[in-house]
Order: sequence, then structure tokens, then C-alpha cells
Amino acid sequence: MKRESLVSINDFSKEEIIDLLEKAKGFEANPNRRVLEGKVIATLFFEPSTRTRLSFETAVNRLGGRIIGFSDAATTSSSKGESLKDTIMMVSNYVDLIIMRHYLEGAARYASEVSSVPIINAGDGANQHPSQTMLDLYSIYKTQGTLENLNITMVGDLKYGRTVHSLLQAMSHFHPTFHFVAPDELKMPQEYKTFCDEHGIPYYEHTEFSEEVINEADILYMTRVQRERFTDLMEYEKVKNVYILHNSMLRNSKPNLRVLHPLPRVNEIAYDVDNNPKAYYFQQAKNGLYARQAIICKVLGIDAD
Amino acid sequence: MNTQKKELAVAALENGTVIDRIPSEHLFKVVALLDLDKFTNSITIGNNLSSQKIGKKGIIKVADYFFKEEEINKIALIAPEAKINIIRDYRVVEKHTVTLDETLHGIVRCCNPKCISNNEPMETVFHVTQKNPVKVTCHYCGHSMQGDDITVC
Ligand SMILES: [Zn+2]
Repeated sequence: MKRESLVSINDFSKEEIIDLLEKAKGFEANPNRRVLEGKVIATLFFEPSTRTRLSFETAVNRLGGRIIGFSDAATTSSSKGESLKDTIMMVSNYVDLIIMRHYLEGAARYASEVSSVPIINAGDGANQHPSQTMLDLYSIYKTQGTLENLNITMVGDLKYGRTVHSLLQAMSHFHPTFHFVAPDELKMPQEYKTFCDEHGIPYYEHTEFSEEVINEADILYMTRVQRERFTDLMEYEKVKNVYILHNSMLRNSKPNLRVLHPLPRVNEIAYDVDNNPKAYYFQQAKNGLYARQAIICKVLGIDAD
Repeated sequence: MNTQKKELAVAALENGTVIDRIPSEHLFKVVALLDLDKFTNSITIGNNLSSQKIGKKGIIKVADYFFKEEEINKIALIAPEAKINIIRDYRVVEKHTVTLDETLHGIVRCCNPKCISNNEPMETVFHVTQKNPVKVTCHYCGHSMQGDDITVC
């Protein structure tokens, strides 16, 4: 029997997103509940991601479930050439839920079609990472008290950054205004700008990361600008220090502004920002635990209240 | 007179299907898509024939076989102008065009090398998001393709 998988944030309606945020709030108030007692959950990480795996495994443990799985494809049968389908068919015989990360795009969608148990996508290549989006939404909701009518400013690599694309799509339910701050080579792709147009969402593009833009923002969503994304290294050298946030740049920002970052950061947020109360990226990561607890219960149809 | 001559360029068919107005460059892709290489029926193929509509065309005649709609619609992606003539007793008794389905199973190959569909023994699935010009989106990785990027499996 197939229950509900979570492959893409677009699988959830606005109502489901709001419901999940409320559930996440409940888990934050009381994270230790043994609602997964007697359940076995697989974490299949075909691509290593310690951060995401620990967050999911903590979520399962705090709910009283048990875990099997692997953290690196090199130690599994897929390194011997076993197909994804065969691995999923085998594991879905044993467990109640599969949480998977894969280096190939679309892997989770395909797994959800062949699996007899629900799949949670913990990242498939450059494609989707919906639990990251849920924790971003929860962080915004928690710090702003609402998701409606916010000014969201996204900075850095807006071309390849899957977190900003998913966040953009998820926020589309809530009447946002977007500001996209990026170098020309890493601009927000046309398909997402078209998406905004189709949904009547205003957006403004900037190449300069100025205080003016920061001062209007409710959420400043920072991303890494990676060297390997540039075809022209001269261009990288020119822009690599342009999209760095320093504490001084926040002096006239709104009191409710919060700075988010999917982590790990390299140098795009200076360390002097960390002590500013507007820096929220470490709490943001912690919120991932509650968001993931809510997601796990949702796909298993468990009402934790 | 002229039309009669043209028709003689490919042998006449007693019973079966004539697929006409296939763009010449896609003739052999049509052959592959319809699995004609596995047929034992007699098949006549003509190519690089002149066509007022599409320039150079190909034509395929398959004796004693009538394609199901979902079978023949597979070629709509690469031969959108194709004409399907059903022949019985040397006469055209039905004419059809082909229509592009909204979902294409096992027809298009994803151009994203990191797509799961290029790395697993599985059938590709594409959603047609626009008809003219054709635009398709991979069901798995979400990649969109149009024009020359669209290649058949
Ligand atoms: Zn694909």
C-alpha cells in the first residue's frame, strides 16, 4: 500500500504547508514523543550529507522510532552496480518509511513510484530538498509571526541554488515581494521569473548588494557563491567579495529582519554578523529538527497531538 | 496525372497502413519508434521524396497492419504533419492525422546527464507543456527541452 511521499515542496498545498508549520511548532514545544514506537525507518544516503542525515535521524529518535540505513553509497550494493529500483524494492520490504538522499536528479520521484512505503526526499542532486524548504518556511514563520506579505531578499547564487528556487515556489502562496541580488552569471533563471509573473508576484533584480536593498527586507536569505559555478574565472574574482554580508551593513535594517542561510557557509556571511540578534542561521538549522518531525508524521499519517 | 506518377514511386498496397509526410530527417527515427525493424510484414520505405508541404518527405507502407491510436501517436513529436492512410483493397478507406499526447512514455530522452532516467534501466516520462513549438518537461528531474534539444530514445 502506498501512502504519501514527499518528493517536492510542490507536492504540498498551501493548507498542508500551514498545517505542517503548526505541527512543527508543536514539536518544538515538545520534541520527545514516542509516536514512532515499533516503527523502523531507513535513511538511505547514496550521497553523504552528515548535516541532513543527523537532523533526520535525531527527529526519528526523538519520536521513538528505530533506524537502519547507510550514510555513503560506497558501502552499499549500489557501488556493486545494483539499480536504485532494486535497492528501494529490497529496503521497502523491511521498513515503514524511507528517507533518501541521492546525487541524481529525479531519484526520489522514481523511488516513490517503485516503493511500497512512503519516500521522503532528503535531496536529489540539484533538484529538490523539500525538508530544507520546510525549515526555511518555519524559520520565517517563527521570526515574522506570519508568512504573508513579506519582503524576501535572496542574495548570491540564484542560478544553481536549489534552496532559493524551492523557497520561491513555496512562498508564492503568501503574497511575497522578492528582491534578487546576484552577479549576472548567477541570476535567477527565467523560468522562476516567469513563475513569479504568472502568480502576480512582484520581484526586483539587483547586481549590487546595497544597504538600500537590505533596509527594506524582512528576510535576507544568503547563499554561497561558489567558484566552480563560473565559466569565466575573471568574473568570479570580480564578484567574489561583492556578495558578502558584514555586520555594519545591517545598521539601518528593519528590527524584524532576520538573516537566513542554508549552511554551510564559506565566507558570504562575515563572522561579525554572528553575534547580531538578527543572525538566525544557527537557530534555522535547529528548526530543521521540528520541521522534519512534522514531515515524518505527515507522510506516515500519524497525528501526534 | 502528376499525382498518379508520384504515388507509383512507392509500391501500391493492397491492405495496410501508409504513413505519409514524414520529415526525411526523421524517417528512420519513426521506423525505430514504431518498432518496424521487428515486423515480419512486408514494409516499403521511401525517402527524400519531394513534398509541397514539408520539403523532403519520407513515406512508409506497412502491409496488413493497422496501428492503434496510442501506437501511432508516438510519432507526433517528430512527424507532427504525418498523414495516416488506411488501405483496404487498394483504396484509402480512412485518413488520420497524429496528435501529441500530454504525457510521453519512453519516447524522449532527457538531455540532463544527471537525470535518474539516464542512469537507471527505466522508461522516460515527459509532460508536454506547450504544443507549438513543442516544449516538454522531464517528469523526474524537471528539465525542460524544446527544438533540437528534444531527442528520441
Ligand atoms: Zn530528466
